Amino acid sequence: MSALIEAQGLTILRPGSHDTVLQDVDFRIDPQEIVTVVGPNGSGKSSLIRALLGHMPLAAGRVTRRAGLRIGYVPQRVQVDTTIPMTVRRFLSLPRRVPDEVAARVLTRTGVEGVEARQLTQLSGGQFQRVLLARALLHDPHLLVLDEPTQGLDQPGIVAFYQLIAEVRRQSGAAVLMVSHDLLVVMRASDRVICLNGHICCEGTPRHVSSAPEYRALFGAGSEGTLALYQHHHDHDHDAACLHPHDHAGAS
Amino acid sequence: MLDDFFIRAVLAGLGVAAVAGPLGSFVVWRRMAYFGDSTAHAAILGVAVSLAFNASIYAGTMLVALAMALAVSVLATRGQAMDTVLGVLSHSALAVGLVAISFVPQARSDLSAYLFGDILAVGRGDLALIWAGAAGVLALLAWRWQRLLTASVNEELAMAAGIDPRVERLILSVALAVVVALSIRVVGSLLISALLIVPAAAARGLSRTPEWMAGNATLIASFAVLAGLSASLHLDTPAGPSIVSAAAVIFALSQAFRRG
Repeated sequence: MSALIEAQGLTILRPGSHDTVLQDVDFRIDPQEIVTVVGPNGSGKSSLIRALLGHMPLAAGRVTRRAGLRIGYVPQRVQVDTTIPMTVRRFLSLPRRVPDEVAARVLTRTGVEGVEARQLTQLSGGQFQRVLLARALLHDPHLLVLDEPTQGLDQPGIVAFYQLIAEVRRQSGAAVLMVSHDLLVVMRASDRVICLNGHICCEGTPRHVSSAPEYRALFGAGSEGTLALYQHHHDHDHDAACLHPHDHAGAS
Repeated sequence: MLDDFFIRAVLAGLGVAAVAGPLGSFVVWRRMAYFGDSTAHAAILGVAVSLAFNASIYAGTMLVALAMALAVSVLATRGQAMDTVLGVLSHSALAVGLVAISFVPQARSDLSAYLFGDILAVGRGDLALIWAGAAGVLALLAWRWQRLLTASVNEELAMAAGIDPRVERLILSVALAVVVALSIRVVGSLLISALLIVPAAAARGLSRTPEWMAGNATLIASFAVLAGLSASLHLDTPAGPSIVSAAAVIFALSQAFRRG
């Protein structure tokens, strides 16, 4: 089974400086896999995604995408300017025009059937994310790439959105690469979790990751665990297989 | 028919209006209003340069406007305090242009023609250039339409579809420079960006898709040209400002009747 995307030794610099955003990152995603990337703000999650998509120059390393790979992409924080009048239907035909029945089909698949005539700016946050997902599904992608797709959604909205992604994966067989803050919800659905903080600090199945006592100490219970992740500072070694106690003063 | 100065003025105005609709829509969508201003103000410097070197005013204004547009594009990618940078560039371009033009004796006398346009003095040659230029820019926009639109909606989505947003930005800069050069006789340097922005802004509330907005903006601009020129003829008001005033009235009406 050949990888959809494979990367070796990725190093990315912050634009206009010599600070590294990512250093020496190896990555691979196989067909039908769900891989989730987690990490604190500024840990290079979005940079990793953009580098894998070829949107960002590499300082070192290389990215190999399988020939003919079709990717459906939902970027972070898409906001369509209110000065652009845009119906959902028109948006789905950017940049490639699609027939009405194809548009209707993807909207139905993502649970927002019948919104074609609505303006993008009139949609709720959840509806808009579903329209973005529908757009990403248009051309039968082998891989869905979702960068924090649930930002701005409330808790029930987040759970529903991940159920939808799992459902879409089941139907289409597409692999899913996701960046997320919603650790506890996301990890259960993932085949593999990558914890990123400028480099890969830990990687494995959710079970493997979550069975580590260090992991429990860090992500233990509910939002408290999530809070700990935001505050974990990296100035320590990474020889252990997975997470180990971090200095996260203030997380209690 | 083209012997009549008024007919020529109407045709010149409609030529600019045809392209002002779609291009003005992009200026509004991409929040490039100040960008349009700086480019248009730079046209005065272009006039000074053309007259000093005995070159065509259209070529001179287009080159200087293009240089300005590219300079602003480069600054835009650096991305900090853009409104300040554009404010500085826009007004500096105007001031430097006015100083430069004062060194060209033959231009001093009809400075106001370059600042506010002189559409009633448009000749057959001007008319041919305006329509050829407008047709060229419209063809360029039509050819790149889907790409330009995607890049304006979201650059990340555009890149994922293999579109380079920098290329699309460059195309809009070139289109803007051409339209500035075409419009200097019609509405003048100071009011070019008004002719781009006001009809598009008026069309926004009346349109459900980008294409409708571009089309409505062209209709509104055309109507403003006709209304402004008639007013100018009957009330003996300056033509360029009358056209922009007519567009402003339509904008005000569109706001009053806007749904939601």
